[in-house]
Amino acid sequence: MNFSRYERGDFYDEMISSSGEPHPASRLLAREIEGLPPGELKMRQKAAERALMEAGITFNVYSDNRGVEKTLPFDLIPRIVSGTEWNRLEKGLQQRILALNLFLDDLYHDQKILKDGIIPREVIASSTGFRQQCVGLKPPQGIWCHVTGTDLVRDQTGQILVLEDNIRCPSGVSYVIENRRLMKSLFPEVFSGARIQPVSNYAARLRDMLEFITPDGGTQPRVVVLTPGRYNSAYFEHSFLAQQMGVELVEGSDLVVHEGFVWMRTTSGFERVDVIYRRIDDDFLDPRAFRSDSTLGVPGLMEVYKAGNVALANAPGTGVADDKAVYAYIPRVIQYYLGEEAIIPNVPTYICSEEQDQRYVLEHLGELVVKAANESGGYGMLIGPHASREQIEEFRRLVIANPRNYIAQPTLSLSRVPTICETNLEGRHVDLRPYILYGRDIFVLPGGLTRVALRKGSLVVNSSQGGGTKDTWVLAETDDSPVPSTAAGGRPPSMVLASPLIPHGPPLDDEPEPLKTQRTPHPKKPC
Amino acid sequence: MLSRVADSLYWMSRYVERAENVARIIDVNLNLMLDNPVGGEQRWQPLIETLADHKAFAGHGTVADSENTIRFLSFDPGNGNSILSCLGTARENARSIREIISSEMWEQLNSFYLRLQDQAAQGTVGQETSQAFYAEVKQACHLFSGITGATMTRNEAWYFIELGRLIERADKTSRILDVKYYIPTGSGADAAGLDDIHWAAVLRSASAFEMYRKRHGRIRPDGIIEFLLLDADFPRSVRHCLDGVRSSLHHITGTPLGSFRNPSEKLLGQLCSDLAFTQVDEIEDEGLHEYLDSLQTKINQVGSGIYDTFFAFRTPTLSRRSRYNEAH
Repeated sequence: MNFSRYERGDFYDEMISSSGEPHPASRLLAREIEGLPPGELKMRQKAAERALMEAGITFNVYSDNRGVEKTLPFDLIPRIVSGTEWNRLEKGLQQRILALNLFLDDLYHDQKILKDGIIPREVIASSTGFRQQCVGLKPPQGIWCHVTGTDLVRDQTGQILVLEDNIRCPSGVSYVIENRRLMKSLFPEVFSGARIQPVSNYAARLRDMLEFITPDGGTQPRVVVLTPGRYNSAYFEHSFLAQQMGVELVEGSDLVVHEGFVWMRTTSGFERVDVIYRRIDDDFLDPRAFRSDSTLGVPGLMEVYKAGNVALANAPGTGVADDKAVYAYIPRVIQYYLGEEAIIPNVPTYICSEEQDQRYVLEHLGELVVKAANESGGYGMLIGPHASREQIEEFRRLVIANPRNYIAQPTLSLSRVPTICETNLEGRHVDLRPYILYGRDIFVLPGGLTRVALRKGSLVVNSSQGGGTKDTWVLAETDDSPVPSTAAGGRPPSMVLASPLIPHGPPLDDEPEPLKTQRTPHPKKPC
Repeated sequence: MLSRVADSLYWMSRYVERAENVARIIDVNLNLMLDNPVGGEQRWQPLIETLADHKAFAGHGTVADSENTIRFLSFDPGNGNSILSCLGTARENARSIREIISSEMWEQLNSFYLRLQDQAAQGTVGQETSQAFYAEVKQACHLFSGITGATMTRNEAWYFIELGRLIERADKTSRILDVKYYIPTGSGADAAGLDDIHWAAVLRSASAFEMYRKRHGRIRPDGIIEFLLLDADFPRSVRHCLDGVRSSLHHITGTPLGSFRNPSEKLLGQLCSDLAFTQVDEIEDEGLHEYLDSLQTKINQVGSGIYDTFFAFRTPTLSRRSRYNEAH
């Protein structure tokens, strides 16, 4: 497979520039791919899929009765982000998270932003993400949104925009780390040549952040990951993160509230828990505070949290800030709290509860993307240009019936990345979800989950709807046009073939130990 | 360690061992059939009784011939103790503790289960491939336990794995021995020779034939009973397994050997002494089948004791350790 017949189309392409040549940051990879013997790319693709299945890196699809386990399709061609561009994105994300956190704290205390009329009060009051139970709450270290996975997209002009803020329980970071491990075993030659920033320290950063928010600043806090259990679609990730951080993975029934603290049931009695990285939605967290029919959560947890005897990441109540109607106001939120322009702009958004916007939306349903404000995962969405007349009319009824629940955005021509298809490389639309940790500082993992809509022409990247993933390479800032090292550049493709696929090999980032010059001889069996 | 995690480790391990032993027992029965010239009377019903719930089988409305029985015991998803179900359960338990066990263990269990699923999709095991198939199951289970031994730290998790593996093996060795009880030996001149052949097959199914030869030489029923039940050193003998269960249990609790702090420690101490001080003729006096029955009951009691002590869902009355934690 090569790029000679690659059709860039009328889109921004993340790899190939308008002249038909690769962008500087992608040159080395393009050359590597072109140098592979015929069929080799497909072979490596198959090897990657097999490795994912054997390693059990699978997710469950609820609606699919037949075999609930699937691997998330993985495409070998990475998305490459230049160092300069990343630098700007990193600053933009830090700015946005800082403002979102101030926003959340304000919403649950003084509500200055509402008093000053920046956001209409009813937008917040009607948000299902706003939790009355959190009013007046002071989370440890004043942090609400510890882990964020912001969805970014690039439009036709090449501009990167924020599509969604995922501030509740964003998932997918395990795929970032596992995809990278696979790629390092499949393309070692490119890794030795390009300066790709590592992502493998994410778990260590996550643990640092979680220890930082320990309620009483104890020295050896007990951190746990709280999962809904092994039937959850993101279970692999919960288990993976617990394993990588070296902390316990617990289910709700493992925890119990007693005498003002949270304890976990162990084989030698009850042990106290200080920090909970919870991967359960607010609704299910505590049946006494939220949904009373929840069996996943821990009864009484919110009381302990309010008393400051346990830390939760993310804090409950953060959902209000990633409500899709609230999203439209975030540039104004940034301006309000930080006095700055948003570095990464929003996608222009029409708020259906505003009369003028609604009229425009109803007149242009065939051109717009309409989204339900409180849905995620690509559900409850209309893509006007791809929709049937019936679907459009259905959304017309929905919007009129409940305008607060809908927003609309212009249909973006999402950028594309070459992707391995049946016989050739074809462009497929992508988005990008970087992961941000807010602890002692705001850390943006250099990389992220590139989700790709594998169906030809599709704009929906969600894994539940035919999406797959790609590795995301962020190059070191100082050097956007990687110069291959002589060793890597001169390596013949046959050597590449011999490189084994090591799904669980040793970390490659570490410096190798220097060789001992004096070797102890191996003992031999005497004759 | 979380009680739920300990529970999953224990059952993961038990179910892998169970799958291996189901394979062993089917294999020995197949071998016995082949060596039975008495008219080829096929006795599969006892095997169903030994290994599974006969009601589940009866529910199928099929006769207990070799093909149906083998399919039922190997692949039937409705039979919780079929090889496929055992490995499926082991895998589901492993999945819920992936962060505790080594990735190598998970991958072995996962990939073997996926292979087995493919095999199950083909329906059944043909007579010509059955030996290879059950050998492969045994091999895969050995590989799992080898990987476990080579990759797990000897911590609490390891001892729960050992506990599960050995208690299951003790139980299943006693059942392998029991299979012989159901096999008719006929009468006449050939009967004695045939009996020897059957006993040898029992030994083989416990991978005990060669080690037995080194210890006892001649094939004698009492020697075999002694070897599989009372031998201190053979790794599949009931006594050896229960000694291992006891030692793992004491590693977990920290109770010195020779004393006890919970019901399963007490029961195990008694059971291990019993096995150490019992002679094979006493077993024969009681009747082998009756002895094995009561042994299996006691092993089950140890199992429920372990459940009560470590896994049972308790309400908090704060333990000493947690009070200590709270004070600090």
